[in-house]
Parts: sequence; structure tokens; C-alpha cells
Amino acid sequence: MALTTAANAKKALSPPRRAPRRTGIDRMDRKRQRWGWLFVAPFGVVFLTFLVAPLAYAFWMSLQTNTLATGTTFTGLANYVKAFSDPIFLGGLGRVGQFALIMIPAQMIVALVAALVLDNLSTALSKFSRLMIFVPYAIPVVIGALMWGFLYSPRFGPATDIFGLIGLAAPDFLAKGSIFASLVNIVTWQWAGYYMIIIYAALRGIDPAIYEAARLDGANGRQIALRVKVPMISSSMVMVLIFSLIGTLQFFTEPQVLRAVAQGAIPVSYTPNMYAYSLAFSYSQFNYASAISFSLGIVVFIGSYLFLFVTRKQSGLK
Amino acid sequence: MAILTPRADAPSDPEGIGPTVIVRRRNSGRDGGRRIGSHVLLLVLVIYFITPLWWLAVAATKDTSGLFSGTGGPLWFDRDFNLFSNIAALFEHQGGIYWRWLGNSFFYAITGGVGATILAVLAGYGFAKYRFRGRNAFFSLLLGAVMVPMTALVIPTFVLLSNIGLVNTIWAVILPSLLSPFGVYLMRVYTQDAIPDELLDAARVDGAGELRTFFQVALPLLRPAIVTVLLLSVVGTWNNFFLPLAVLSDPNLLPVTVGLNNWQALSNAGAGGEQVWNLIVTGAFVSVLPLIIAFLSLQKYWQGGLSLGALK
Repeated sequence: MALTTAANAKKALSPPRRAPRRTGIDRMDRKRQRWGWLFVAPFGVVFLTFLVAPLAYAFWMSLQTNTLATGTTFTGLANYVKAFSDPIFLGGLGRVGQFALIMIPAQMIVALVAALVLDNLSTALSKFSRLMIFVPYAIPVVIGALMWGFLYSPRFGPATDIFGLIGLAAPDFLAKGSIFASLVNIVTWQWAGYYMIIIYAALRGIDPAIYEAARLDGANGRQIALRVKVPMISSSMVMVLIFSLIGTLQFFTEPQVLRAVAQGAIPVSYTPNMYAYSLAFSYSQFNYASAISFSLGIVVFIGSYLFLFVTRKQSGLK
Repeated sequence: MAILTPRADAPSDPEGIGPTVIVRRRNSGRDGGRRIGSHVLLLVLVIYFITPLWWLAVAATKDTSGLFSGTGGPLWFDRDFNLFSNIAALFEHQGGIYWRWLGNSFFYAITGGVGATILAVLAGYGFAKYRFRGRNAFFSLLLGAVMVPMTALVIPTFVLLSNIGLVNTIWAVILPSLLSPFGVYLMRVYTQDAIPDELLDAARVDGAGELRTFFQVALPLLRPAIVTVLLLSVVGTWNNFFLPLAVLSDPNLLPVTVGLNNWQALSNAGAGGEQVWNLIVTGAFVSVLPLIIAFLSLQKYWQGGLSLGALK
């Protein structure tokens, strides 16, 4: 009895549970595995310098406060208390939340419908359409926003003419009340094609024999699309949703570019990122700006983690 | 019942074409009306996605007064064709700085994109094919990093770089662009599936070292994923706006995105001599051409590749 316990205890203590004997081959293998570090190291250096270090530094800065009277002092979590009770930051968070609720479904629906339609066709027009729907992805976001800024503008845009045809006055796309929808439109235009390609590629990967089986069971085209195809590509859809969620919460470029055109409709603190940018570069409040950036990062991180957790069944991730 | 009818002709299929073809052909027989509907829907989508680009192409041929009050309206050509004079003006305005911006964009996109791809290929291979100590910890950290919004890093990166005097140099744009956790993730997933361990072991038994095994055996098999990661990182750097906006102030170093945005802000501010609408539009048009051409001509490389991440 005592012997076995001792043996067990010894077993439990010895660190590597595997490898009852260390042969020459085993040692050689372990030496070889160290090559893994060499392959990973260059990326590791960049990862440490441009991800871990800025994050750590931002956190460190966010724990300090710089005022003219006292200089830089350590103030602990005061900046976070300030951030999460700052109506401007909370307002920005709420706004990107609203954008997420409207913009993500808009992009998903356009992308999914386009992909499902394209998957059913193999005509010249469908091939052409696939490319054309994708093309906005090749346009830099800034240029896309500039372009839409022109199109929305009553001075340059076609809206006056188009609405004039049916005898209506064109809406002001850049007014306070409509800027939200105008931004949703720009983002949908820019990204739906990219998501469409991802979903489309996933659809092409399904074995068509499954449709045959569904058809024999009496499913019609729409049922096949919604009950067979969509569930089978759910992992791609989850990936697309995560991309667009992360992208939406850090909304910056489009409103920043449109700000110049839509005077008054977009304040400098429209989204959390814009707020952090103006705090840092217009007011030199780098400590508070770091706290805002860091808070936004945490919110995005937790948000996407929660989302992945909720959809883990669909995505197949563990 | 309706389902049984078309099925009757399946056995008479002359050359025993595969199931795909049969399904598609049947579709065309039964859903004739739906196919017209599908095509109409596609046309509507194409018009929506292409109209802004059409506007851009047309607008690039107008001078400033044509932009405001062209004879053909915003979506058609003006009487005068000014594309070439606009391009010539781009060479003159502020000493042709536009072309410098365009060159900078290329330079940042290529160096940042190629660098990020090299790092991602190496790291993906390391993660997929070696079981080194700390691998799983590092990889979970990396997966978490995929979800860190890159823009949240911009301001801290700016402060870090300014402490070591790198702000307002090309390095301030290139070095942070080398970070691509998603690229590493893609390369790992792809490497795991595309390269069997037995193949690597065979190369080792034949006496190839680890590096030689990587370069001569693994690398050629990774080509599709490499092209995809390269494309994604080049496009990512080319698109980048927040980072260069924050870390660059020397006009000579700006990429074309930030430069054009500055022109637009100045023109909107309304100072008479600064209103260069025709240059903004033509500049935007010229700057989108390279990537559009690249995407259209490299179709076969990216079409399958963009879905790699979902092959889980």
C-alpha cells in the first residue's frame, strides 16, 4: 500500500506526464520542436512591440492624470471612473451600439441574399455581378466615404435630379436626422461585397447531393436556401458577423471623413474612437484618451467574446 | 408530385453528367420565372454597387464648374472632356505632391503587406507543425488579439513611437502594419490541413534540415494561403487611415488617403484658392484604379482564398 502511494506521489510530482523513458530519439524530437520558437519568434517580436507594449503602456498612461497645476500624477482608476460616467463617451458607445444593430443586419442581408442568388446561377451575368458587387472592397474606405460625400451633397450629387424626375424635393442626406442612415449606407456599400464573397465561397463548398436529397424530401428552393444552405454555412456567417461587429464598434473613418462635408451633423465625439482622437490630438489629453481607447478595446473584446460564446454551436469553435 | 415529374428524365441523362449538372439543369427547367427574378435582383444590386464608381469615373472628366453644373448632370459626361487636363493639374498643384502620396501608399502597402505576410507564414508554420513549450498559451493570446480593435492601439502606438522619436517617419506606418494576428491564424489553419506531418518527416529522413524542409517542401504547398494573406494585408495597409493620420504630419510622407482627405477638408473650409474639387475627384479616381485592376486580374487567386478562415 505505502509503496504504491509513494509511487503515485512521485508520478504526480514529476512534471511531464508523458514519456516513460527518455530515448535518444525523444530528446532529438524535443530539440527539433524548439525550431517552432524560431519560426514564431519574428512575429512574436512584432506582437510584443506593437500589441502588448502599446496596450500595457496605454493602461499605464490611463492610470495617470496630467494637469497643468500638478503635472503628471498617479490617479489609479480615476480615468476609468471618469470615462464610464462621461456622457460623451457613453453616448458614443451607445451610438456605435445602434450602428451595430442596424448596420450589421443590413450588410448581412445584402451579402447573404446576393450569395444565395449567385449560388443558384451560373450565367455570364451572374459572374459579372459577383465581381461588381465585390469591387467596392477594393476602394479604400476614405475614398469610398469621400465619394459618397460628393453623391450626398446637394451641390454635386445626383439626388436633386433623380428626385426631380418624380417631382419630389431631394432629402438632405447630410442633415442631422439622416446622417445615421447615410453612414449605414456607405458601410453597407463598402463591405457587403466582401462578406458576400466569403459566404459565396462557403456555399460553393457544400456538396450539391445534399440539395438533391432535400428536393426529394419535398423541399422547394426557398426552403433549401433557408433550412439547408444557411445552417451549413453558419461558421462562415459567424466569422463575417464577428468581423463586422469589431469593425462597427471601432467606427472612425467614415464619420471622420464625412464630418467636413456634413457641417454640424457629426460632432467631433460622434464615436468613441473619434472622441479619443480629438482628446489626444486637439486637446493633448493623452492620459484620458488612452483610458478611452483602452475602455473601447475592453468593450469590443468582451462584446466579441460574448458573441463567440453565444454562437459557439454555430461556429464550431471550442 | 411536382418533384417527381422532373425526376423521370434523370435516368435518360445522356452522358451520365454529375449530380451538380443535373440539379442545375432541373433548376432551370422548373424555376424559369424565378431565374428572371434572380437576374433582375442581381441587376439592381449591380446598379447600386457600381453607380458611385460610375459617378467617380464621369466626374474625373469634368473641371470644377462642370462638377457643379455639368450639362449632362452628375451621372453623365459634361460637354468638355477634362480628364487629361485634370491629371496634368495633379502634377502641378503643390508641386505634384499627389503623385508622391500615391507613391507613398504603394510603398507602405507593399512593405507592410509583404512584411506582415512573411511573419504570418513563418509563425503559422511554427504553430502548426511544432509542439514547442508555450505554444498553446501564445496561440490563445493571439486568438484574443484578433479581437482587439486595431484602432484602439493607434493612440498608444503614437505615444510609444513619439517617445523613441519615430513619429513622422515611414517606420511609424510600416512597423505597426507588420502586425497581423488574423494572418497568422489563417496560415496556421491552412498549414495544418495542407501539409501532412508524414511529408515533413519524409523530408527529414532524407536528410533535409528544418529550414530546408520549410522552404522546399512546405512553402510551395502554402501558395494559395500566402496569396490570400498577402492580398488581405496589402489591402489593409493601403486602406489604413487612422494610423497614418495620427502618426504623420509631414505632407511629404502622407499616403494618398490622408492627403486627399486633407484637400477635401480644406476645400470644404472654403478658402477660395484651396477649392480643388476637380483634383480631389480625379485624384480619387486615379488612386482606386490600381487595386481594382489588381483584383479583377487576380480573380482566381483571391476568390477561394478569402473564405479560408471559415474552414474550421
